[in-house]
Formats: sequence, C-alpha cells, structure tokens
Amino acid sequence: MRVLIVEDDGETAGYIAKGLGEAGYAVEVAADGRDGLLRAASEDFDLAIVDRMLPHLDGLSLVETLRGTGKSLPVLFLSAMGGVDDRVKGLRAGGDDYLVKPFAFSELLARVEALLRRPAAGQVDTSLRVADLEMDLLSRSVRRGGRAIELQPREFKILEYLMRHAGHVVTRTMLLEHVWNYHFDPQTNVVDVHISRLRQKIDKDFEQPLLHTVRGAGYSLRETS
Amino acid sequence: MRGIPFVRPANLLRSSIFRLTLVYLVFFSLAVAVLAGAVFWITANVVSRQIDSTIDAEIRGLAEQFSQRGTPGLITAIQRRAAAAERTRGLYLVTDAAGRRLAGNLSRWPDEPADEAGWLTFRLESPEAENGGVNFGRARTFELPGGFRLLVGHDVRERDRVAGLIRETLAWSLLAILGISLLGGLLMSRVLLRRIEAINRTSREIMAGNLSRRVPLSRRDDEFDQLAGNLNAMLDQIERLLEGMRQVSDNIAHDLRSPLARLRGGLELALMEDPKSEGYRDAIAKAIAEADSILKTFAALLSIAQAEAGTPRERFTVVGLKALVEDVVELYAPLTEELGMELAVGPLEDIRLTGDRDMLFQALVNLLDNAIKFSGKGGRIDIAAARRGETAVLSVGDRGPGIPEDKREEVLKRFVRLERSRSTAGSGLGLSLAQAVARLHDGKLILGDHAPGLCASLELPLAQGTPPGR
Repeated sequence: MRVLIVEDDGETAGYIAKGLGEAGYAVEVAADGRDGLLRAASEDFDLAIVDRMLPHLDGLSLVETLRGTGKSLPVLFLSAMGGVDDRVKGLRAGGDDYLVKPFAFSELLARVEALLRRPAAGQVDTSLRVADLEMDLLSRSVRRGGRAIELQPREFKILEYLMRHAGHVVTRTMLLEHVWNYHFDPQTNVVDVHISRLRQKIDKDFEQPLLHTVRGAGYSLRETS
Repeated sequence: MRGIPFVRPANLLRSSIFRLTLVYLVFFSLAVAVLAGAVFWITANVVSRQIDSTIDAEIRGLAEQFSQRGTPGLITAIQRRAAAAERTRGLYLVTDAAGRRLAGNLSRWPDEPADEAGWLTFRLESPEAENGGVNFGRARTFELPGGFRLLVGHDVRERDRVAGLIRETLAWSLLAILGISLLGGLLMSRVLLRRIEAINRTSREIMAGNLSRRVPLSRRDDEFDQLAGNLNAMLDQIERLLEGMRQVSDNIAHDLRSPLARLRGGLELALMEDPKSEGYRDAIAKAIAEADSILKTFAALLSIAQAEAGTPRERFTVVGLKALVEDVVELYAPLTEELGMELAVGPLEDIRLTGDRDMLFQALVNLLDNAIKFSGKGGRIDIAAARRGETAVLSVGDRGPGIPEDKREEVLKRFVRLERSRSTAGSGLGLSLAQAVARLHDGKLILGDHAPGLCASLELPLAQGTPPGR
C-alpha cells in the first residue's frame, strides 16, 4: 500500500512516515502543495494524507484539483483548524476524512486503515463474518458458533462498524462519529461501557475473545492469532 | 493642557463643526439676501405706483380745467402748479405745435420716447440736483387738439431715496448677521470641540494603557452622552474580554503545566527503565494517557473558542431537542447504570429549534458529565427538555452537594473548580463550554438549586437569531 504525505512541516511528516512505515506502508512525502498535486495526479498512490495549510497550493485546492483530474484515491485531511465548518469544507472539497492536529498517532493509523478498507462503491454486503461471529444485515441477527446473540439496536450498530473494520483499530472518536453520528469530545469513558456490554454478549461464553481493547488507541475486533 | 479651547485658528478651520457653521452661514446669508431683495423690490414698486397714481390724479384735475376753460385755462393751471412744484415735486410742461414751451417747470421736451399709454421715464437736468446733477422723472404725455402737447410728471428722487435707505439698512443688517453668526459658530464649535476632545483625550489615555478610563458623561443625555455611553459600554466589554483572556492564559499556564510536568517526569523515568521491561511499557502508556488528557483540555478550549467566535449560522439546522436528549440518555444510560446511578428522564417535549446539533449535544453531555461527577452511588440525575413560553429549557439536575449561590457565577469561568472538586477529574471547562454554546444560540446557562443538588439548565430562545425588528 502506497501512501503519499503532503505536509510542509518536516518533523510531522517524518513522524507520520515513520509510524506508517512501521505499520507496513510504503510512504512518500511531498513538502509543498504543487509537488504534492503533481505526484498524487501522476503516480499511483492508494491514499493521500494532506495538510490544509501548504506552501504554493493549499490543501483544499489541491484536493479539488485532484478530484477534477478524476483521481478517486481516498484523502485524509490534517489540519490545525478544528472548527466544524472547517471539517465540512474539507469534506466538501473531496476529502474522505478529517483529523485535527494535534492527534494521537493511533487515531491517524486507525483512520488510514478505515479509509483503505472502504468497500468499493456499489457493493452491498448482506452479511459480515469475523471468525465464528456472523452478522446477517438483512434479518439484523447475530450468531456466534451457531448460537443466536440478542443485541440492542445500538449494540448491533457498534458491532457492525467493528466487523466492517475487523482486524483494525477503531477509536472511540470514530465510534462516536459513525455509530452515534455526533462530533464531540466526551470527558468520560462513556463509550467503554457500551463496548464492555457488547463484549459481555459476544465474548463471555466463548473461549476465544474477539473484541480487544488496544491501549491508548481504541478497540479492535479480530481473531486472536 | 493639550487640546483645550481656545482653539487655534488652524484647528478651527480643520474642525468640521466650524466648516458646517460656515456652510450654514452662507445659506443663511443667501436666504437673508433673497428676503432683502424681495423687500426692496416690493417697496420700490409701492413707491412707483404711488407716484403713478399721483400723476393720474393731477391729470384728472388738469383735464377738467382743459374741458372747462380750454387751452388758456390749462396753461394757467400749469403755471400755478409749476409754481408750487418746489414742494410737490411735480413736473409740468405744455408746448405748442412748434414745440415751444408755453408753461411748466421743464425747460424742454425730453428726448426719451413714451410708451403706448404715454408713460415715460426720463433724465432730468435739474439745477438743484445734488448727486452730480443726475436725476430721473416719470411722466405721462398727451397730444392735445391744435398740436399742443402736455407732460405731467413727478420726479422720482423720493423713490430713489427710499430705495437707498432700504439698501443701506439691508447692507448693515447683513453685515451684523454675518458677524453675529460667525461669533455664534465659533462659540458652538468651541463647545462641541470641547466635548469631542474629552472623548479623544479618554481614547488617548486608554491607548496609553489605562484601560479603566471612561468617557465622562454630562447629565444632559444628548447625542454626545449616548455616544459616550456606547463607547463606555464597548470599553467595558473589551475590558471584560481582556480580563477573561488574561485569566485563561493564567489558568492554562497553571492547569496545563502540571500535566505537562507529569508527562515529562514520566518520560524521564521511562528512560531509566529497561526497554524490555513491563515498567517501561507502563511508563510510556502513562505518558500517553497524560498527553491525551492535555489534548482533551485543548479540544475543550478550541470548542469554547469556536462557540464564542460564533459558528456561521448557515451551519445551523433544525434540531429536535427530544431526539437530542434521547440520544444523550441512550449514550449515557449504561455508564450511569454501571456507576449505580439513576438517570431519570423528565418531561420530554417535542421542541424544535434552529441550532448547531453537535454543539448542543456537547453542551448537554458536559452538563451530564458534571452531574455524574457530583453524584455518588445511588444518586439520581434528572434530565428533561421542556418548553417555557418562547424558550426551550434543557435541564440536568443532580442530588450532589450543589453549588452555593455566591459561587455559581464563579464556576462558569474557565478552569475554575471549587476547592471541593479539585480532587475529581476534569478540566474545569465543561460548564464554560456549555455556557458558550448557550450564548451561541442567544441563550444562557442557568445554575439553580435542585434542592438538594445542582440544576443546570440551558435556556435557549426558540426564535433566536431573529430579534424583533430585524
């Protein structure tokens, strides 16, 4: 997987490049908007991480122009501007996700993985499966090892999101944004309680735990290897 | 003492008040001139008409003489009248067919032509004329049978004298008006300049750093007082904001310094650990948790700044408060249950208002976080959405220790945590953010007594953003 980082701050770019490199990505860095646009348009990247404020060409224009050339690779905006309308502007310009500086690297990594795993447009899943955990999206039922599991509607949504991102880290903010559809910062561990209830239902009676807590980052649904 | 009148002439010319006075003076003088012209014209006309009617009357008398006694009678009458002309200022002349003078006090027939009715105005070469011998007469002429010609007139020196008198009077009064107005303008400028200078002086002092200075008010409540009042209100607001900012930076320094110090210390300790050991990982994890809490504080500060700056209204959507509260309750019910608290949903009215959904959610969550923090095991938290007139009220009540009435104002300030709550977690920004969100929606955050405990309510006007008259 090739990732292009367009970021003028060398230190930030280096830190992201190193982290993503360790996570197994091939990373390249462009230090200004013009260079970034040229490379994103001419080379084959799987994902671009673009800073909003760049020399020569700002991030918004870069992505707008890039979309104009027909390139559809996922774009993650980085910005020190955290206003909700800034976020909306970024997404309108053609970005796929938006992360406000300063951010935890685990949050960035989780979002990069989520973006790269986006199902191709048009493809609709009717069922999801992780190890022996099955989810039927049509009848909205969940079974594990052949045994039916009763879930509340919200728990079902959480599990669906986790299963769609199985094997990857899902952060608390991602859950709040996608399952509850609110952009806000909880000061309490309110999400954790929902997760522990879900865990009770899907993991308690089984030998192999599937729902893992990733310290300092979030959660991950995966088969223990 | 700088800038206090007497105003220097150069200053005076630059003063817009004085310039306005001058402009006004020009218009006023024009008006006076028009008035004077009218008076002059009307008076001159009246005198002229008087002269004409005097002439007409004399002609009627002479015509009677002529019809009764013929030409000789007329000549006699003319001679008699001419003799009295010194007093009456009449002008008379009778000539025969050859143009010879038969009687009258004019030496010869005037050269000026008469109009159709026989009227003419002509130059007199009167011997007794004072002003350089130029004088005018007005007369009517007749052709009489037998080639005789008659001229009856009046000299118009009287009219000219009256006109002159009026002209002179007008000139003097115009001069007096100019003088008085100029003096008035000067005085007016001085009074107004003095009041403006008072405002300027205050501004200079404030710019020099004395933020507590205010523009002095007179007790007249005129435009200047209103201007000064508005300026003072603006200055109060700015001072409050500056004070708030100063407090925030103080508090940031205070509240972020300790977690940053812990972060640094933890990392230093980690350096001493063996990288393979469990203690090393623990220290790193602790440092990350510390950094996360710093980031959370920053995020809260950013949200407050954003709410206070006022997000663009175009981001506002219609928000259903019932659904909003239900979402909050749904999100928090497991947590409160875990903590052994009861989350009681009070009356939930289906209220809709225009607002920022995420911000309102954040505010409500903050109030709930706060209530949870101060409720012990077995505590009960009431949450409700009710409508009171044109106001929507989102309220969260707890059964905790509450906040003494005199401290309620204080806890709304950023980073303020009452001594009692210093031990509990939290950035001290939650209520400030809720308040900022309330203000963003033209509403307010009210802290009241829940007897026992604290009841925090967001009071949001339903028709916010469209105050009457706009």
